[in-house]
Parts: sequence; structure tokens; C-alpha cells
Amino acid sequence: MTAAHLTCTVEAIGMPAEDVRTLRLVPRPGIELPAYAPGSHIEVQCGERRNAYSLIGDPRLPDAYEISVLRCADGDGGSRFLHDEVSIGAELEISTPRSAFAPPARAARHLLVGGGIGVTPFLSYGRAFARSGVAFELHHVHRAGASPHAGLAELGAGEIVTHAGRAAFLDALPALLDRAPVGTHLSVCGPPSMIDDVLGAARAAGWPEHRLHSERFVGVDPPAGTPFTARIASTGEAVSVASGTSLLDALLDAGVRVPHLCRQGVCGECRVGVRSGTPEHHDLHLSETERAAGTVMMACVSRCASGVLELEL
Amino acid sequence: MTHLHDPLQALPEAVQRFPFPFPRDEYRYSANVQPAPALEPTAAGGWGATAIDVDEHYLAELRERAAILATDPSRCHTLPHMTEAAWDAVLWNLRELVVARPDAMRLRIEGTAVHWENDILGEQVDFVLGDPSTLPVPDPLAWIGTQVQDDIALLDQREGHLWLDAGLVTFAADWSMAFDLGMAFLEFHGPVPRVHEAGIMPAAEQFLMRLTPDQAYRRTNWTLTIDRRLDVSTELYDVWGKDRRLLQPEEIGERVHLRVEVQHLVRLPVSGAIMFLIRTYMLPMEQLVLVPAWAERTRAVLDELPEDMADYKGIIRYRDMVVDWLDAALAAGAGAAG
Repeated sequence: MTAAHLTCTVEAIGMPAEDVRTLRLVPRPGIELPAYAPGSHIEVQCGERRNAYSLIGDPRLPDAYEISVLRCADGDGGSRFLHDEVSIGAELEISTPRSAFAPPARAARHLLVGGGIGVTPFLSYGRAFARSGVAFELHHVHRAGASPHAGLAELGAGEIVTHAGRAAFLDALPALLDRAPVGTHLSVCGPPSMIDDVLGAARAAGWPEHRLHSERFVGVDPPAGTPFTARIASTGEAVSVASGTSLLDALLDAGVRVPHLCRQGVCGECRVGVRSGTPEHHDLHLSETERAAGTVMMACVSRCASGVLELEL
Repeated sequence: MTHLHDPLQALPEAVQRFPFPFPRDEYRYSANVQPAPALEPTAAGGWGATAIDVDEHYLAELRERAAILATDPSRCHTLPHMTEAAWDAVLWNLRELVVARPDAMRLRIEGTAVHWENDILGEQVDFVLGDPSTLPVPDPLAWIGTQVQDDIALLDQREGHLWLDAGLVTFAADWSMAFDLGMAFLEFHGPVPRVHEAGIMPAAEQFLMRLTPDQAYRRTNWTLTIDRRLDVSTELYDVWGKDRRLLQPEEIGERVHLRVEVQHLVRLPVSGAIMFLIRTYMLPMEQLVLVPAWAERTRAVLDELPEDMADYKGIIRYRDMVVDWLDAALAAGAGAAG
């Protein structure tokens, strides 16, 4: 179920905030862009890297895909490529949209919290909610001294509030949680520490788990780990995984086809069945039950605690 | 199928296109899913080249659905949070109708304005996506049910499970949409024997929850039905239930049908809901035996089917009669059967 790929042309470029670039991508003539669930992302080939970015437009019947890219000076280079080396008319290879953070359909009201560039999935939420008349409030937390992401007011619905700095927002949060009517769902996207803060406050205020939703904007950096051996169940082939090399890369290098996408333990694409051996989980995708069962793992970040893993491949 | 002397050329089209469901002489429940669409060759021809299939029963089945809904509107229901999913289902089915019958179906979308032409029905429809009042029938699921023969069930995914929260089901095989509405996937499959011990249902649910809009899947299910009766819902049990006890041996060829559901499993793109399309095909025994390989296989499956499964499928009273009839038909040669 690997995503299909599309070639798109950069039709327009905007600057919705400091160090943030919005790219509007249009398909080749005659190609219809698939609709997508609010909160979906695409993967973009950024030179040597493939990075995932949230789609910020209207999810239904899109005539273009729009993404907002924060320039990370010390990142892996993907965002620098999109900022420094891409101009209008450039062609980019992208995946079809993947939904990993869709809004809960039964929510009576949505309390949305987007930290920094983590506000981007909520732009498509807002457009979908505006159309269907679903009640929401969007709280965008941005760095003090920097500007918030532009275009929030254009959503034309819901209550949009910007907060300069996390500390100020966390002060305001208990009141927001208290006044939310029964049936409200909380969705938060941003840096991991902010997600922890927000979810912690909600739990402290008595919110049940099924009304809490989060998407970590930063994935997991796979640990270097100790070397181990992966055995392919169907062929018996043994693949050595060195320290500092991911299981996914070792398998791909050995010519074993494994679908994959985010490489950060988030998307769930590189799920591999484990026949024997003990996986050492580092992902953010599996449920606690799946993790404990030890019969499945994410090849991009997770490793082995038993020296040898036999994989259902 | 292109050989001049191919004896199968003479088979009725309904037989050639019938989705014969038994790959083995023994039937057990399994997660029998495969990517769709894909042409599946059979001993008589093949099926499944398109997700939506318009066949010779198209007009009759759509008329029958309209009559059922007029009598019993509870067969179509959309819980409020499934409205987006219902519109998703409208667009998905219209697009697949065009794929199936480009000669007779046309779809044009400009903004939210949708123009739909269906030459088979002689209809031209203009509606606004998201505005039910602009549809000829002011409910998206009810309307798309006037265009495709498939029953439609929509499942919401939340809290790690799937929930049957909307559906248009007029051709249920011994179940009730109104009764199951709002239930969890594992709950409404509760009565199915054996699948729980085997862990099939949780595995199936996990599979469905990982579907993406890029790839649809399909599976088949089957039972036997007396007469070409599409609506064997729980609601009408008093009408059809007694046939199973009153069936006479000499009626089997004409009245007993192998009933096959081709179910498509689709992740809808915008709502993220799972859509089950359930398309029902029925072949009377007298036509089934035109394909000797099918007669032998069906005889073996029915003969071997364990009691609990035969009971659940509602065929335990008469399956031995059908086995005997198939034996006789096979002995006489398919051409003389019936």
C-alpha cells in the first residue's frame, strides 16, 4: 500500500510567516489530484531527502496541493532545499496524500492547538469545518517576537486565537479546557514537549483519552543502537544491521522491498511482522497492545533487543 | 473466450460473469481479501474487471430498491457525523460508474457543482456537492442508491475500532441495517460462528483500519437463497423464512440460488470512513450446473460444510437436498440437468 506518486509544478510561492514558505503545487494537465482527509500530509522529494508536509488547502476536490514549509537551518536539508533551490515553475515529485491525523467525526466541537508550524494540519481542518458548519476554535501558539502563520482569518469560521509564546498559552489553557462543552475533542500538533504539556493539562482537567488527539510534528530520531541480525522468514536470508543503520535501510540495501514513508516512526507504512526475537520499539505509531505483543514493528526506527529478529518478509 | 469452438461461448452472460466464490472443496471463513479491481478468471469466464458492475438486472434491481425504501425507509440511515462520508460515497460511486460504463455515464465537476448523466436511466442530474436539497432524492446515500446496484455500509473509525454509522442496505442476506446501526464492527459480527476463536474478526478490523484511499480491496461471501429474492432481510423473515422448510426436491434447480456477495472495501478520501459496497449476484442451480466444475465444487463445499456454519447461513434444513440434486445433475451430465 505504498503511496502513488505525482509530478507537480510549483505554481505560486508565498511567505505566510517568518522563515515559512507556502508552495502551491499543481498537477500536470489532465491529472486530477485526489481529495484527502483534513490533516493529511504529502511526502515531497527535496533533493536527496523526502520530507512530509501537511496539506493546508480545502481537502475536497482540490485543484492544487498547498504546503507550508518552515526553514530549518540545522535540519536535514529538505526544508532548505524547498526554500533556497525551488522557484516558481520548478517540478517536484510528491506522494499522494496520506491521512494520519484526521479529525474525529463525532466531535460536537473541536478545540485545536497548533504550535508553530504545527498549525498547518488545522488549516485543512478549518476549511472542512467551515464548509460543514462544525464548531471549532483554533489556538495558534507562535514564538514571542515572531509572527503567526498568515491565512488563519481566511478560514472564515470558528474562533481563531493567536498566542505569543508557549508560556502565555499554557497559562490560558486551563480556562479553555474548563469552558469546553461536553463532546469537545482536543487536537494538538506541534513540538513533542508542547504536546506533552497540553495533553498533560487536559488529563489533569479530567478529559478522557478518547477525546484527546495529537500529531507530533517532529518524528523520532532513530537511536544508533547495537548491531543485530534480521532473518527474512521467506528466504532464510540474514541481513546484518550495523549500529547507526536503521533496519529499514539495511533491508532496502539488501534488496528486500519494504514500503516506507516518513522514516520517523510516525506514519506506520514500514510495519513489519516479527516471527521471533524481541523488537525494541522506538516508534510513535503502534498501540501499547501491539507493542507489548511484539509481533509487529516499525522498521525505520525500531531495533532488536535479542540479537536476532526473524521477520515476516 | 475468443476461440471459435469454445463450448463456453454458449453460456448465458450471467453465468460467464458470475463471481463463483469457491477456490477449494472446503469453505471456511478467512480474511479472503484481494486488491480491486482485477479481472478474476473463472471456469465460465470472469468477473471483477471494474469495481462497479452494471449488468442486465440494473434497472430491475434499482426499481426493487426504490420499492423497498418506499415501504421501509429504515433501510437507509446516516448518523449526523457521517454526512461527509455519504458525500464521499456519492463521488466515489459516480466515478466508478464512469469507469465501468464510459459509453453511458458522464461526470463533470466544477467547483462544487456536479453534472451527472446516466444514459441507461435517461437521467441528467445537476447538484451541489454538500447540499442534499439539490439532489433528486434529498439524501446523498439514498440518491447514490438510485445509480448503483450495490448496497452501501459506511463505517466510522474512532477509538481504535470501526462503527457501522451509516448505510443503505435493501438487499441484506439475513441481517438488519436498522438493528446493526451504531454497532462496532466486532459487535455486529458477533453471531458469525468460528471467526472469533480464529481471531479473524480483529485481524479483519485491523486490516480495514489500515486501508488507504490509494487501493480498494474486495472479498466474496456466499449463502443459498430460495428464489431470486434480493431482500432476505431480518425485517421480512416472516415472508421468506418458511420457504426453507417448504422447499420440494423437484424445485431445487429453479428455486435454489447460489447467492454471492462481492464486497468492495474502500477508504473514502475526505471523511476517512470505510465504505463496504455489497453487490449481490444470484445463480439458480439449473444454471450453475451448466459449468460442471462449479457443480462439483459447490457439491463438495455444501457436503463438507460443518453444521454450525450451515446453521448460521440458514441452509441447514435443505443443503443435503441440494447435494443430492447436484449429485444427480452431475451423474446425468450438465446438459441434461434441471
